[in-house]
Amino acid sequence: MNQFIEFISQNLELIYILILAIFIGVELIKNVPTVLHTPLMSGANALSGVVIVGAIIVMLQSDPENYLALGLGFVAVVLGIINVVGGFAVTDRMLQMFKKKK
Amino acid sequence: MSIYLSIIYLIATVTFIVGLKNLGHPATAKKGNLISALGMGLAIVGTIVLTENEISPIIYGLIIGAIVVGGIIGWVIAMKVEMTKMPELVSLFNGFGGASALLIGLVEFNKNIGVAEADKASAAIISTIISAIIIGSITFTGSLVAWAKLNGSMKDLRLPKYNLINNILFLILLAFAVYIVLIGSDSSLLIYVLLVASLVYGYLFVAPIGGADMPVVISLLNSLTGIAAAITGILYGNMVMLVGGILVGSAGLILTFAMCKAMNRSLASVIFGAFGGAEAVGTSTG
Repeated sequence: MNQFIEFISQNLELIYILILAIFIGVELIKNVPTVLHTPLMSGANALSGVVIVGAIIVMLQSDPENYLALGLGFVAVVLGIINVVGGFAVTDRMLQMFKKKK
Repeated sequence: MSIYLSIIYLIATVTFIVGLKNLGHPATAKKGNLISALGMGLAIVGTIVLTENEISPIIYGLIIGAIVVGGIIGWVIAMKVEMTKMPELVSLFNGFGGASALLIGLVEFNKNIGVAEADKASAAIISTIISAIIIGSITFTGSLVAWAKLNGSMKDLRLPKYNLINNILFLILLAFAVYIVLIGSDSSLLIYVLLVASLVYGYLFVAPIGGADMPVVISLLNSLTGIAAAITGILYGNMVMLVGGILVGSAGLILTFAMCKAMNRSLASVIFGAFGGAEAVGTSTG
């Protein structure tokens, strides 16, 4: 338990940011028109690909001899970038279709 | 971390917020998507270029190779897919994001195996690693099931009393995770058992839900991937991952509720009801 309190006191700034970001996310999406639900879901999905930054950090930190870490990191980067590139590209296509209809 | 990289992360974080804001209005949605994509590109390039560690060229090569390979795959799939197949593609991509988070968790946990007692990660760090593995695994198999269902290649699977089974499995999963943290285990066997159990739970969680309710489930899983990204952000003290992930987490959850409302359903009835097969079809597209 003490460890957790220590963790909180050391990362207080992080926790402030976390809570503020939760509220920003809620405010940004409130009152979005129904037609935009699917593109928005797709756009948010592309954003969640930000996990690729962590995958790159894993590879940057691993020892060149540590094949397991490098291999897993490599797969993580590939999957993450598919999420990012594919996600933004699909969202763009959806919105294009949406524009034509209007 | 270099100050330049911190500034780049700050810019990227702002583009995510502005991008999401613009995505919420029909007139600016396309611009919003581009703005966030630009920010994401900045964050990725910055992470690679502005590292302060001494990096061997092999690792640089591997990273760039992975980005080129994955980037081409993602681009080609996104461009080739038919318009009607887009929601299931979002689900597939989301599953990849979850898998990425779980792999990061595995590597970080492995770093802890066989090191001296004094160098071991604290219980707080271990719990973030384990949460990343659990959430990443659930979104991975869950999204794949959602993808397969929209694809038509998988039928609804309803075990008798599936709600009870799923909830009990989830509680066992949580208890097991707490147990690993409390005993400070560095056993790779335990972590792989946890991994498999989370993967199975992700499968069982989505399997009974009907195809018409899938968009809601995908939105929920997407929100979970955001949370997994944020958790790995805490692990590395990385602001762009933390804020980006939490934005997706909270915005995704609100979007999930909005989608439920548009279908005249409650989230509970989507997850626990599992009768969304036929009757909700007409209203779900809206």
